[in-house]
Amino acid sequence: MSVVREEKSVFQFIDKPLLWTYAALCLIGWIAIYAAVYNPSHRHLWDLDQNYGKQMVWILSSWGILVVILSVHPRIFYHSSPIIYLITMVLGLAVAFLGREVNGARAWFEVGSFRLQPAEFMKLSTALMVAYFFANRPVRLDRFSSQILAGLWLIIPVILLLLQKDTGSALVYVAFVLVFYREGLSVNYLLFGLASAFVSVLTLWLGANTMAIVLPVTALLYVVMAANSRKAAVVSIRYLIPAMALVLAVGYAFDNVLLPHQKQRILVLLGKVDDLRGAGYNVHQSLIAIGSGGLWGKGFLQGTQTKFDFVPEQSTDFIFCTVAEEYGFWGSALLLALFGFLLLRIFQIAERQPGTFGRVYGYGIGCILFLHVTINIGMTLGLLPVIGIPLPLISYGGSSLWSFTAMIAILLRLDSGRMLGIR
Amino acid sequence: MNPSYNKEPVIENRSMVLVWTVVVVLVIFLIRLLIVQILDHKYHELAQQNAIRRVNAYAPRGIIFDRNGKKIVVNRPIYDLMVVPGELPQPLDTVRLAELIRLPISELVQRLRKATTYSRFRPSLLHAQIRVEDFAQIQESLHDFSGIYAETRTVRTYLYPAAAHALGYVGEASPELIEKSNGEYNAGDYVGISGLEKTYENYLKGKRGVQYRYVDVHNREVGRYKDGAFDSLPIPGEDLHLGLDIELQVYAEQLMANKRGSVVAIEPSTGEILTMVSTPSYDPALLVGNVRGKNYRKLQKDPLKPLFNRPLQAMYPPGSIVKSLQALIGQELGLIGPESRFPCGGGYAIAGHVVKCTHKHVALNLEESIQHSCNPYYCYVFKAMVDQNRGLKPREGYKVWYDYMQKFNIGRKCEIDLPNERKGILPSPEYYDKIYGKNRWKSSTIISLSIGQGEFGITPLQMAHTMAIFANKGKYHAPHLVRSIGVTGQKKMKYRQTYQIPVQARHFNVVQDAMQKVVDMGTATAYGKIDSIVVCGKTGTAQNPHGKDHAVFVCFAPRVNPKIAVAVVVENAGFGGVWAAPVASLMIEKYLRGGTRRTELEERLLKARILPAGMDTLPTTRL
Repeated sequence: MSVVREEKSVFQFIDKPLLWTYAALCLIGWIAIYAAVYNPSHRHLWDLDQNYGKQMVWILSSWGILVVILSVHPRIFYHSSPIIYLITMVLGLAVAFLGREVNGARAWFEVGSFRLQPAEFMKLSTALMVAYFFANRPVRLDRFSSQILAGLWLIIPVILLLLQKDTGSALVYVAFVLVFYREGLSVNYLLFGLASAFVSVLTLWLGANTMAIVLPVTALLYVVMAANSRKAAVVSIRYLIPAMALVLAVGYAFDNVLLPHQKQRILVLLGKVDDLRGAGYNVHQSLIAIGSGGLWGKGFLQGTQTKFDFVPEQSTDFIFCTVAEEYGFWGSALLLALFGFLLLRIFQIAERQPGTFGRVYGYGIGCILFLHVTINIGMTLGLLPVIGIPLPLISYGGSSLWSFTAMIAILLRLDSGRMLGIR
Repeated sequence: MNPSYNKEPVIENRSMVLVWTVVVVLVIFLIRLLIVQILDHKYHELAQQNAIRRVNAYAPRGIIFDRNGKKIVVNRPIYDLMVVPGELPQPLDTVRLAELIRLPISELVQRLRKATTYSRFRPSLLHAQIRVEDFAQIQESLHDFSGIYAETRTVRTYLYPAAAHALGYVGEASPELIEKSNGEYNAGDYVGISGLEKTYENYLKGKRGVQYRYVDVHNREVGRYKDGAFDSLPIPGEDLHLGLDIELQVYAEQLMANKRGSVVAIEPSTGEILTMVSTPSYDPALLVGNVRGKNYRKLQKDPLKPLFNRPLQAMYPPGSIVKSLQALIGQELGLIGPESRFPCGGGYAIAGHVVKCTHKHVALNLEESIQHSCNPYYCYVFKAMVDQNRGLKPREGYKVWYDYMQKFNIGRKCEIDLPNERKGILPSPEYYDKIYGKNRWKSSTIISLSIGQGEFGITPLQMAHTMAIFANKGKYHAPHLVRSIGVTGQKKMKYRQTYQIPVQARHFNVVQDAMQKVVDMGTATAYGKIDSIVVCGKTGTAQNPHGKDHAVFVCFAPRVNPKIAVAVVVENAGFGGVWAAPVASLMIEKYLRGGTRRTELEERLLKARILPAGMDTLPTTRL
């Protein structure tokens, strides 16, 4: 009985707040792209030579995808997860060898004037696959074997992305650590990650040699001043050894693994190198654009920094600058609020799913979106190193918009059909 | 762990951790935005420097016309290359840039360094005054050099290679001037440095405008800032209409070619300068554009001193001009009359010394004394004025004489509208007091003044000005070049005013009679006389202690309703009647009739080379 009723009113059970937030972000993105590439001699909204013209095509086709996804039976996603995963991974492997190279990464298939980026779809399929994995059997994430098994689904796409030399996209898979935490992974992993990040940044900032002195001295002081010196000594040694290992690893990795431009970006971010024309140029120009927006912004199409190409990649990775310059602090805050609402709503929907598949999938895409927003905006604000990944739903680009649309659409479909009881 | 069906989910701790993670990150972003967008103001300025370029819109200087409405000085466009060092491509291909703008590479590097020292983000001048033809080539490759752009401006162009000294020239404002001007002048502005360009700077310069334009990251101008709301249009300078007759000027310069000297012609009724020649001269175009400095140094080194403005600065003994003046003053004081006669006898003896005369005259009357330039006659007149002037002591008598001389603008500036005019030499009573002691000198002590010699000097301008006064029988206007300024069509106040010499008009008749006879039947007849035009003139020979005497001729014509007063000095040419008189005579004919039929005389003058020994080869810079 539920099937009949459900099919009659498929749109009635759709989560409207999430749907409208999604649509609003798409339109904000289009306006921002229009402003970023605005040129008085190409006023036509449908000019397919211009990015905003193409983006309109992407938006409309995304809504087509949305409608299609909402019309199919939700169980299809569960059953086809392995197939989708397999197909996208094969594409990811193929593109690493057959794709077209842009900006050093071999990550695009070119079809006519359009480009397809498998990496965008690999995120979606990984979210589906991980959810499928958790839904299929009881996974005890307090066990090492389960951790390895769950992690396998992430290791494969990450290796493929590194093969494509698309480090930025690979970094996004860190998002699944948050998902695993929700599903039972010990909080210690998160704390360990945070501590490692802290020590790593400190190492890069102070240098490995300084850190090799600072850490033992700190530990020694702790032992001397602690009430129970013996216990303190044990604790100190337990933390000091892995920390020292990390310091050495970070120092080695920085010197020998990272590419020169990556090193330079990190040094600029840490304020150790002042290179406004080279590696620091992007972020410097980005901050000028954002900063010059002020409280109320310069107004639609009035942004000088973004419009005259001072900010590079302004309709893709640095699209946030256009919004911040033209709409100022209030506009930027509003956009952040919309993203905040989107993410929290996704978490909320994930939490209310009756089955494991829906919940894990929901957290999966929520955390992917969160990582994208954090890395992208953190980069434009000069808080994180320059890593080229799009701002979800806002940045120009067909593959990413399709992929993010599909992620949200599938969650909406799962949610609207949650009474069907997919476990 | 999982929420049950149909119930709103209870968000448990683990999901709350994720929620808070999102919130914390977004709040960090919000704080960062607050700092960057609102609290820190440096980004606004940086954005301005990035995208808005301030481009000077230079005002063209006023155009200069001659008395017949012919353009003499106009403007032509040139380009200044500006550089913003911070926007230059890195690394900069200096070799190619140097080649492109045709600058030695060391010079280019030095200029770039200087510009960088001044400011990385403000424009400095890289290469000034590139001609339109040359710029066309540069422009094509300019887009490869972001941070370099061109500003259009205009420079002077001269339609006649003449009147260089009167017109003067223009150069860049000096740092001192910029400092003093209180924002009136900025670096790179042009300012009149000499001649009319200097005197009328305030009218000619106009007001510069400014345009704010958006530029993109490739240094391309992509629009006007706020649709030009902050732009100001340049206001062109006011035009000058001169009293100068450019054709007469060119003719006079041709006649004076290969001679050293001056010609000044004045319209007596208005005081307007018709011609002002200083030779050797130079082409005014030499001091335009980026070649100015080089050419200026060349002209400065020239032994014939082409930059020296002789009509205003060279001084010669006034000679017989002073005799005519004394004839006027003596009559006015009632000391002599037209029939006063003094013995000549070939000399005037004082204290064992004799002032000789060129001829041995019988006792001449006043008119004859002027006509024949009798020296002793004027020794007596001078003695009468200084020593025997109605019971005055010699010092007071000289003071009267001195004051009259000054009324004629002798020993005093004529106040012409050109810079660097000299007042000549006329010793004051105080000067003689100092040398001889108060009241310990009298006419015999300073007798050489009476015949226009000794410590006595006047400029060619003063000579011509005196002739204008004679022509008008005592009325005059201060001599000036500009007859009307800009749209007002007025000349300066002081040139509108008529002055009167305190000598009655009838006393001038004797002088004019005598001067007419000089030309009709005297020393200037051969080369000065013109059919059917009555010319009044006076030849002179200015003694030159350094070489051959200078030839002088002063005159005005016609006698009735005079149109032109002329003074000609040809240095080292000897007697005035031979070389100076024909120049004046031909000019009068040209001015009043449009030309001469005395082609032989004209030819002789055009070909003549009268230059000091050893200087008679002319460098190409001179005209």
